Amino acid sequence: MNAENLIKMANDIGSFFEAMPNREQATRDVATHIQKFWEPRMQKSLISYLGTHGDGNLKPIVRDALREIHPASFAARN
Amino acid sequence: MDTTHHLHDVDYGTPASVSEKLVTLEIDGFEVTVPEGTSLMRAAVEAGTQIPKLCATDSLEPFGSCRLCLVEIEGRRGFPASCTTPAEAGMKVRTQSPKLADLRRGVMELYISDHPLDCLTCSANGDCELQDMAGTVGLRDVRYGYEGLNHIKEQADTSNPYFTYDPSKCIVCNRCVRACEETQGTFALTISGRGFESRVSAGESQAFMDSECVSCGACVNACPTATLMEKTIIEAGQPDHSVLTTCAYCGVGCGFKADMKGSEVVRMTPWKDGKANEGHACIKGRFAWGYTTHKDRILKPMIRSKITDPWQEVSWETAIGHAASEFRRIQNKFGVDSIGGITSSRCTNEETYLVQKLVRAGFGNNNVDTCARVCHSPTGYGLGQTYGTSAGTQTFKSIEKADVILIIGANPTDAHPVFGSRMKKRLREGARLIIVDPRKIELVSSPHIKADYHLQLRPGTNVAIVNALAHVIVTEGLLDQQFVDERCDKEAFDYWRDFVASANNSPEALESMTGVPAHLVREAARLYANAGNGAIYYGLGVTEHSQGSTAVIGIANLAMATGNIGREGVGVNPLRGQNNVQGSCDMGSFPHEYPGYRHVSDDATRTLFEKDWGVSLRKEPGLRIPNMFEAAMDGSFKGLYCQGEDIVQSDPNTQHVIAAMEAMECIVVQDLFLNETAKYAHVFLPGSSFLEKDGTFTNAERRISRVRKVMAPKAGLADWEATVALSNALGYPMHYKDPSEIMAEIARLTPTFSSVTYEKLDQLGSVQWPCNDAMPEGTPLMHIDHFVRGKGRFLITQYVPTDEKVTPKFPLLLTTGRILSQYNVGAQTRRTENVKFHEEDRLDIHPQDAAERGIQEDDWVGITSRAGETVLRARVTERMQPGVVYTTFHFPESGANVITTDNSDWATNCPEYKVTAVQVVKVKHASEWQENFHEFNETQLRLLKDKVVTAEAAAGTR
Repeated sequence: MNAENLIKMANDIGSFFEAMPNREQATRDVATHIQKFWEPRMQKSLISYLGTHGDGNLKPIVRDALREIHPASFAARN
Repeated sequence: MDTTHHLHDVDYGTPASVSEKLVTLEIDGFEVTVPEGTSLMRAAVEAGTQIPKLCATDSLEPFGSCRLCLVEIEGRRGFPASCTTPAEAGMKVRTQSPKLADLRRGVMELYISDHPLDCLTCSANGDCELQDMAGTVGLRDVRYGYEGLNHIKEQADTSNPYFTYDPSKCIVCNRCVRACEETQGTFALTISGRGFESRVSAGESQAFMDSECVSCGACVNACPTATLMEKTIIEAGQPDHSVLTTCAYCGVGCGFKADMKGSEVVRMTPWKDGKANEGHACIKGRFAWGYTTHKDRILKPMIRSKITDPWQEVSWETAIGHAASEFRRIQNKFGVDSIGGITSSRCTNEETYLVQKLVRAGFGNNNVDTCARVCHSPTGYGLGQTYGTSAGTQTFKSIEKADVILIIGANPTDAHPVFGSRMKKRLREGARLIIVDPRKIELVSSPHIKADYHLQLRPGTNVAIVNALAHVIVTEGLLDQQFVDERCDKEAFDYWRDFVASANNSPEALESMTGVPAHLVREAARLYANAGNGAIYYGLGVTEHSQGSTAVIGIANLAMATGNIGREGVGVNPLRGQNNVQGSCDMGSFPHEYPGYRHVSDDATRTLFEKDWGVSLRKEPGLRIPNMFEAAMDGSFKGLYCQGEDIVQSDPNTQHVIAAMEAMECIVVQDLFLNETAKYAHVFLPGSSFLEKDGTFTNAERRISRVRKVMAPKAGLADWEATVALSNALGYPMHYKDPSEIMAEIARLTPTFSSVTYEKLDQLGSVQWPCNDAMPEGTPLMHIDHFVRGKGRFLITQYVPTDEKVTPKFPLLLTTGRILSQYNVGAQTRRTENVKFHEEDRLDIHPQDAAERGIQEDDWVGITSRAGETVLRARVTERMQPGVVYTTFHFPESGANVITTDNSDWATNCPEYKVTAVQVVKVKHASEWQENFHEFNETQLRLLKDKVVTAEAAAGTR
């Protein structure tokens, strides 16, 4: 799926939650939102794209949230 | 309740009194007890008798002009009019006496002396109160003759496509004028002239069609004679029976009587006991039902291999078998997740429930969505997060107790006209009004209504305005701290309070973004917070934004902060778009949740459905509609079952949607007409109109109302039956024999519906969910003592400007919306006489922007965005603010959604229809897209016309 769109969608989610005062909770909320509303292939497409192209345009809170959801994918990159 | 024999309702003559104090009096020797303030006329009906009347009817305030309802009261002189005389304790009233009979005959004689005596050939024959009264008073002779002046030769005004005005039949009772004022609130009618010259006049003695009349039909309903009469009744005669049902247009969900002759509808009459509309209607529900028998309806299933092939008319078995085999072929080749379905917000609860069940249990995935995705999905998210449930908090009737009404991004007089009329009534009674809208909608200033504040914000800045209102409430000490302390989560509130109190959220700081003077925001916030009862009504102008969900959350915050939740006259009220958009959401049409808003990952809920449905279910969410398009473009989504929805016309960025359509291998469309989506389909299943099936709709106030079949499905199967057939063909058996069995299953599996049955709906007329053991007759008001989620949850709503910004290349902002006479994609209303009221979509532009571009009224203008270009005719109007243009999307050739973009709400992917950066220039030709559309459309219509009729289809086999 179109990675640019997915990154924009993920960043938009990040923009809402990053205003929350508790950063840890906000990161969990981003993760929960993606898990609750994103069909698996959307998540896989995004993770796969980030694995290939890096996560330069991704908001840090989204990157951290994705790391929570898909630790193995991120571990493989480190 | 008898639901089939309501041709003539009891008319109590005057409205019911709401007083709780009772008075007992005697009428014709019988004691009767009524609420204080009840008229003698109404009390007489309560006592079992009828006082003759002509100018009185129970939908209107008493007028006392016809002098027919005179009575005698012991101990009082004269003959007071019973309609204007309130009942008092101990009164002794006589409704009949020789003197009264004489007086009434005299009055009737005068009326009839200026009335044609053509009763036998009159269209009102059998439904004429004048005729009835002549009989009631025993009129046997008219002494005055017709030699003198009279109105009998006056010509009828037939300009309105739906009703005639025949002044020769008019008795100047004023009921039509009062209905236009009191019921509809348009004030289009008056009585011109005095004495003998008195005549009903539309506008300034204009033809009805040229006047401000909005064709709601209230005057026709109120008329006691044939003066204002539906053309269908003039043509067909009086109905022989009526069936109670629910309108299939907007989310108000008006109750109607389908007036029938055999199996033919001859009139739709608003049901006076319908709780959503209380006897009122609008031009769509009242008159625009002709589409149900329009020649364009497709009544045979059709299939084709490619969209360049002619259609092949086949039997239901062949069409369903072909669809099922294609879906299975695709799944075998591309995987179980490569297909999905879209439920319809125009179909019944039972039908949407079945489609989502088919997808989850039959397709084996959660790829199901509904058009709520593109309208009110942010309401579901926002109210779910803050209050714990995805629905409005009130009844429509609640507005009668509102002191301040705050309308944000809604245009009720066009999009929810019957509720708009209720709102106008309350405003005329003195409620204050704040409107937050980029346009000067009708309620900003209309007869007898003027908004106290119109915060005319720039499109895309709702969240900023809501934050600014909240800032004033918090920093000026206007919070309802007691409510907050008792009812809301403290930590969340503290975070929110600190956030909105920040100087960044002050009206002054945000003024440059919103365009709204700070002092107006401050004054409006004070008015709402000090309202007594403050009620918020909002619509798609809130939800269809990149921050739609944030704005809904912000609105919920405002209501909690001011304690405006949990009683009559207050609340957060989303005005839902389509007739059953609430119901389709309730029924589990979203890819992430089952009926009753329970997430698919919840093990207990999933197990419940798995056991009941006998299959294992997926715990991951499925694709939403825009995600389906994206997946189609990347080749992983190849098949779609689309019931009663026209995604090609209604969804944003048309060219992207079409590319997705063309990337799929099997699109099954179930609809009344060959809509725009069907032109890209491979299987067409004929749909059934709301008149052809049983079921329920749920309106914007959570009210579940019955839809009743008044005729057999014209194509042989109701929509739910087609879904059952498709499921059976896919190998997932469904055995429902009647929609009541589907509702029984919904009730069994959905806690908020557990006490809903057809028998209960027949008995009560309608119920609002939750309807369960705790609330067996439904729940009019939500969150009375506590929120559904327990403590109300404030959430921080940071304003994030949309990416859709004006630039030198695209210097204007386009916003889109609806108009009174047309409905959504127009598939229904375009096939009615409503086109006479709105025959094309126009581009509304402010005179200043028009002048800068050399654009004049009616000029063709090209509108270009980064998504595409289309051409419309201009309407230069000061309803717009400079820098903002507006159009509707009721006609496919308009291409309004060719311009709108893929931008969407962060939480739900609801498209940002309300903000698109555009340029507008004067042009001479249609856009390239429109030329391509025209060519494609011609081709598709030819492929339909050249359809191959197979022997089995010709034989009519099912």
